[in-house]
Amino acid sequence: MTAPLVAAADAPLVNATRFRAAHAADWERLDALVTRMEKRSIRALSDEDLLALPALYRTTLSSLSVARDTSLDRALVTYLEQLCTRAYFQIYGVQTPAHRQIARFFASSWPAAVRALWRETLFCVVMTAGAAIAAFLLIRSDPSWFYSIIPEGLASGRDPSASAESLRKTLYDDSGKNWLGTFAAFLFTHNAQIAIFSFALGFAFALPTVLLILYNGLMVGAFFAVFAAKGLGLNLAAWLMIHGTTEIFAICISGAAGIRIGMAIAFPGKLTRMDSAVRAGRMSATAMAGTVIMLAVAGLLEGVGRQTILDDGMRALIGGSALAGWLVYFYAWRSKKAEYGH
Amino acid sequence: MATSAIAPRRTLKRTFITPEGVDLRLELGSAGSRAGAFLIDWAIITLILVAVTLLFVFVARIETAPFFMALWFIGYFLLRNGWFSLFEMGSRGATPGKRLTGLRVVARDGARLTGAAVIARNAMREIEVFLPLSFLVQQTAAGTADTFLVLFSLTWSGIFLFFPLFNRDRLRVGDLVAGTWVVRTGKSKLSDDLVGSALRQRRTFPESALKLYGIYELQTLEEVLRNDQADAIATVAATIRHKAGLPDDGDDWAFLSDYYAALCARLEAGLMVGRRRESKYEDG
Repeated sequence: MTAPLVAAADAPLVNATRFRAAHAADWERLDALVTRMEKRSIRALSDEDLLALPALYRTTLSSLSVARDTSLDRALVTYLEQLCTRAYFQIYGVQTPAHRQIARFFASSWPAAVRALWRETLFCVVMTAGAAIAAFLLIRSDPSWFYSIIPEGLASGRDPSASAESLRKTLYDDSGKNWLGTFAAFLFTHNAQIAIFSFALGFAFALPTVLLILYNGLMVGAFFAVFAAKGLGLNLAAWLMIHGTTEIFAICISGAAGIRIGMAIAFPGKLTRMDSAVRAGRMSATAMAGTVIMLAVAGLLEGVGRQTILDDGMRALIGGSALAGWLVYFYAWRSKKAEYGH
Repeated sequence: MATSAIAPRRTLKRTFITPEGVDLRLELGSAGSRAGAFLIDWAIITLILVAVTLLFVFVARIETAPFFMALWFIGYFLLRNGWFSLFEMGSRGATPGKRLTGLRVVARDGARLTGAAVIARNAMREIEVFLPLSFLVQQTAAGTADTFLVLFSLTWSGIFLFFPLFNRDRLRVGDLVAGTWVVRTGKSKLSDDLVGSALRQRRTFPESALKLYGIYELQTLEEVLRNDQADAIATVAATIRHKAGLPDDGDDWAFLSDYYAALCARLEAGLMVGRRRESKYEDG
């Protein structure tokens, strides 16, 4: 048996051919628009293109449905699948402009996220205070505890054996003015890294985060014990307050963010474990991003403010008003926007 | 806008229904390409860091040293924590490494990818990679890294590094917490029409020759034609001729493309009346 040749006019016409002839121009135009949006942004499109975009997208999407059911041209179906996916993400997945995201972050989502974490934050504050008091009492009764709490490098001479004079000097040392900015930058990045870290550690059922918070409190208490023994308790309080109110508050919030994630995974309640983790994760991430900003402020206050302002009253005033400012911003002041995630 | 378990879970294709009700069948990024993307990003970050550090060391004088130190601290922090987040917040949803390996980050529920989600998924990297790494480096530098610590670090990293392999959606811990997943982004040109592209004389085939194959074989033939490899075409043409009992007319490519057109038309006619013959093993 042979396969006889027939005229071109009698050639079998498959759906893909008809389909391509009818819609290829639309697909290619959508392709060109999407490529331009991917390369630059939606602003790269003219008004005319922008108006055509949704229609082209829907045409291509229905082409995909039809092609899947009626055409056996796999390359065509793959092409349409990829084109529709790209268009989908450009149309539905498109980001809110950066400036509006940032504005919304400051105006509503950051304070709302911190507000939503109030229970965990309070818990962290209580843990910090409790640990500080415990360390204080421990060291007052037996100074040798100090060395098991504070590593040698961190103490740098500020231990129970130090004289009142040398301790006083550490509080009012204004040498090395050139390095103030560097010191502030180092403190900020170091503390911010720890904040991010304690957020991430929350995934391990919050336990490591709680330990981190506790240790933070222990250190504060240990130093207080040393300074208070020499009658420098209030001076240390002022020295610590100028940046500490912001810094410790920020660490408590980032700890609270971690705890929320851990708790959401351990006790998802009515949600599925997955949904619960996602909801807590996004909200906590917002709060955590905020603590990075707080720590930048704390870094400046500590690195520059504390080294240039040597007056106790002034230090306490700055620290106190910073704390008041944060409290008002987070808990008292409300924008018209709804609470987080609703 | 929903994902569900309709698509078979063994493959990396996932059902993803747009608001218009069409399933886009997203394909997840494979573990290999994810790892590749991370290594590329990591290499770029390291290179930038080394280059900038060298530059600073070269440029800084005694009086400007504090300034450059401060800049370095901030720059290092931003590079380490911002590289992934800032790129993924962009319109492509991908870091340079992901772009090179054809990946992008997408919210699992199909909604827009928020900054919070991107920050959450990248902050988690802190315990996935950096924690055990810095632990190990620090202790090794101090000479106090004992076997236990090394084992602990490796186990810790192992759990998190291989986490994507232990769940069906290839989720990293960060993806899990942020509600995201990483999908492949293909981009292909509209291919040529295999059937209607040229007006020329065609072969006709007897019914018995067209009854041999189903959709799977048709699409394999499509692939052979599109790849246009001479030896593959010769082999496939010879096989079909042998099976169908057709004589060799010397033009393998034209024979195959005519056969493709005829088979395609026949199978599509079947589709119209609700007969979908998936492969040659089903009745035609």
